[in-house]
Amino acid sequence: MNSAVHDDWDGFDRGDLRRTLLHVEGERATVQLVVEGMHCGACARRIESSVSALAGVDRVAVSAATKRMQVTWNIGATPFSGLLRTIAGLGFQPQVLGAADREADLRERRTALKRLAVAGIAMTQVMTFAFALYAAASGGMEPRFERYFRLVSMLVTVPVVFYSAVPFFDGAWRGLKARRLGMDLPVSLAIALAFAASVFNTLRDSGHVYYDSVTMFVFFLLLGRFIEMRTRHDAGGVSEALARLMPRVVQRVRGERVEPVGVEELEAGDVVLVRAGAVIPADGRILRGTSRVDESLLTGESTPLRRGPGQSVVAGSLNIADPLYFEVTAVGSRTTLSGIVRLLERAQTERPRLSRAADRAAAHFVGWVLLAALLVAGFWAWFDPARAFSATLAVLVVTCPCALSLATPTAIAAATAQLARLGLLVTRADAIEALAQARYCVFDKTGTLTQGAPRVSRAVALGERSIDECYAIAAALERQSEHPLAAAFVDAIPPTAQAREQALSATRPTVRVVRGRGLEGALQSAMYRIGQLDFVRELCPGAAVPDSASPAGIFLGNASGLLAVFEVDDALRASAVDAVQALGALGIELEIASGDHPAIVGRVAERLGIHEWRARLTPDGKLARVRELNRARGGVAVIGDGINDAPVLSAASVSIAMGGGSALAHASADMVLMSESLGTVAEGVRLARRTLQIIRQNLWWAAGYNLVAVPLAALGWVPPWAAAIGMSLSSVVVVLNARRLSRASHQPAASGPATLTREVPA
Amino acid sequence: MSIIFVLIPLGLALMGVAVWAFFWAAGNGQFDDLDTPANSVLSDDDPPPKG
Repeated sequence: MNSAVHDDWDGFDRGDLRRTLLHVEGERATVQLVVEGMHCGACARRIESSVSALAGVDRVAVSAATKRMQVTWNIGATPFSGLLRTIAGLGFQPQVLGAADREADLRERRTALKRLAVAGIAMTQVMTFAFALYAAASGGMEPRFERYFRLVSMLVTVPVVFYSAVPFFDGAWRGLKARRLGMDLPVSLAIALAFAASVFNTLRDSGHVYYDSVTMFVFFLLLGRFIEMRTRHDAGGVSEALARLMPRVVQRVRGERVEPVGVEELEAGDVVLVRAGAVIPADGRILRGTSRVDESLLTGESTPLRRGPGQSVVAGSLNIADPLYFEVTAVGSRTTLSGIVRLLERAQTERPRLSRAADRAAAHFVGWVLLAALLVAGFWAWFDPARAFSATLAVLVVTCPCALSLATPTAIAAATAQLARLGLLVTRADAIEALAQARYCVFDKTGTLTQGAPRVSRAVALGERSIDECYAIAAALERQSEHPLAAAFVDAIPPTAQAREQALSATRPTVRVVRGRGLEGALQSAMYRIGQLDFVRELCPGAAVPDSASPAGIFLGNASGLLAVFEVDDALRASAVDAVQALGALGIELEIASGDHPAIVGRVAERLGIHEWRARLTPDGKLARVRELNRARGGVAVIGDGINDAPVLSAASVSIAMGGGSALAHASADMVLMSESLGTVAEGVRLARRTLQIIRQNLWWAAGYNLVAVPLAALGWVPPWAAAIGMSLSSVVVVLNARRLSRASHQPAASGPATLTREVPA
Repeated sequence: MSIIFVLIPLGLALMGVAVWAFFWAAGNGQFDDLDTPANSVLSDDDPPPKG
C-alpha cells in the first residue's frame, strides 16, 4: 500500500522527513526499518551483507524474526535514499518505522485470521463428511454416496491446502532456497503428500483419503502460529504504543498568536501550548501554567504529577488538568521518548542467544526426521508395501520441533512484553536470560537506593569567610558541573548570598572535575577546591580539621585553608527497603558500590540491611570490582544511573539503568527501569526465572513427546489422523505454555499496564 | 437419501457465506483491537475521531 510512495526514494532525502525519521548525530544517522518480504535468516544475511557494503555503514542489525533492521551509517557517504534503494533492489520492501509498521502488523494479523478461519470452518465440514466415510468403511453405504462424500471433502479441503497452508509452503521453499532446514519442510511435505494421495485415491475411487487429517493438521498448526504472532506483536507493540502517542498537530505560540503546525515543524526554542487532555509533543520546560501530568506511558507510574513553571515535561506524557505553555528543548528523535523507543527497537533487532541455539537445534532435528522418514519408507516398502505410505506420512506428521522453533521465541517475546508492563524495559535481547541467572547484585548508591536528589542539610564555616560567601563560592563552582550534587548546592544558596553568587557565576569560572573526588576552579584569580576532605587538603596540606566537622562532609577550601564544610543528605527511595528484602529472598546477594564517603554508604547499608558495601570507589574502581565479581562468581547484575556508570553497566552480565538516569546510562544498560521502583527489579528477576523455567518445560515436553511418538509412528501404530492431532496439539500446548508469561503475575503490580495500550484523545 | 445431493451443496453455500462474512469483518478491522472498545464506555471523553 505504501509502494506508490516508496518508489520515490529521493523524497526521503528531504530535510524535514530526514529529521523526523532518522536519528542524526553529526554525520552519523540511525534508522529503524521494517523489511517486508524478509522471513528467514538467509534473507536477513543477504540484506545485511549488501547494506554493510555501502559506503559509510557502521553497524547493521537485521532480524528475520521481527522483520526489523537498524542501520547506523554516515549520511554524508550514502544518502538515506541510497540505503532504501539498495534494500528495495534486493526485492524487499523497506518501510521506515512509523505508522507503516503498525499497518504491516495489522495486515499480517488480518491475513492470519482469514487463513485460520478458512481452515477452521473447512475442518468442521470435513469432519462431518469423514464421519460418514468411516461409517461407509464398515459397510452399509451405497458406493455412489461414498464417492460423493469423498468428492465433497476434496472440494472443501482445496482452499485449506491452497490458501490456509500457503505460509508453510512459502517457509519450506524459502528454507530450501537458502539450504536451510526448518520445521516448515516436514510440515509441507506431509500436507502435500497426504493431499496428493487423497486426491489420487478419490479420482481412482479406492484406497484411503486423509482430508480430515490434512484440515485438522493445518488448522491446529495455524492456531499455534497465530498465538505466536500475537505474542510477537504484543512485544513490538510496546515501542509502537510509545511512538504512536505523539500528536501530529501541535499549537505553536508566536507572540500573541497560537497557530496549529505539524509536529515535525517544531524546533527547539519554540513555545507550545498544550491544552488539557492533550499529549505533550516534545521535551521542554514549562513557562506558564501549572497542571497535573500523567507520565505513566513512559514510567508505568499511574499517579499524575504536579508540574509548574520551570519544571520539565517529557514528550509522550499526558496533560490532564490545565493548559500549559512550555518552551521546547528537544524534538523528534532527540526526545527522551525517542531514545527509549530506539533502545527497544535495538532489542528487537537482536536475536537472543537462546533463540539462535533453538533454531540450530531445530535444523538438526528436521534433518534427522527426514532421514527417519526415508528409512521408514524403505523398510515398509520391503516389509509391507500397503502400509508404507501411511507409516511414512505418520512419521512426517507426528514429529514436532515446535518447542524449539516456535515456543522459545514466544516465551521471550511474552516475557519482554510483560516486563515492559511492569515498567522494566528490555533493551538487549539476552537480558532476560542474564537476569534470570543473576546471583549477585551491585547497587550504585547515589540515585539508585536513594532518591538521587541530595540536599545540603548543614553548612559550617571553618575559616574567616562568612557562610554566605562560602555558599556563593561553592554554588558558583558547582554550577559548572553535571554531578547530581551540584544541583544541591545551587538550590541551597540562602537568599542573602544570591547576589554574590550571581556575580561570581557571571565570570564563567573554568573548573576541572576530578572524577569521584571533587572539582577545582579559579574564581577571581583565587584557586578553590570543593569535594572530599583529602582532595581539598592537597591544596592546603597544613590546614587543621576541626573536630566538629564530619569527615563525610563536602569541604570547600583554598590555598590558605579550609573555608567551610557542607553536610549533604539524601533520602532513601520508598521502595528500597522492600526491594532489598525481595531480592534477598530470591537468593541474590547484594552489595553497594559507591563513590561516597564510608560514613554515608555505611549508614545507607545499615538502614537497608545490606552487609557488603564499598565506599569511595572511583568509577574505575567500580568497574574493577564488577569485573572481579563477574570473574569470581558470574551472574552480576548492576543497578545504576550515574553519568559515570556507563562503563560499569556494560561490564556487568546484566545491567539495569534507572529511567531518570542519563541517556548514556540507558544506552549502555541491558534494561531500563522506567518505573523507578526498585521492587520491579525483584519482580523482573522472578519473571525472568519463570521464562527460563517455561522454556525448559517446553523442551522436556518436546523431547518426551517426540521420543514416544516417533518410534510408534515408525512402527505403523499411529494412523495419520492421530499423528496430526498429536503434533498440532503439542505445538499449541508449548505455545500456550509460553503465552502464560503474558498473564499478569500474582502480584497486584498490574497498575501501569493498560496505559500502554490506552487510546489517548488526540 | 438422495436429498443429500441438495442439502450438502446448501450447507457448503452457507459455509461460503460464513467465510465471506468473516473475510469482510477481518478486512473491515473488526478484529484489530479487541480490548480498547470494551473499555470505551468507561471513558468520560468522546471517542477520538477516526484517522
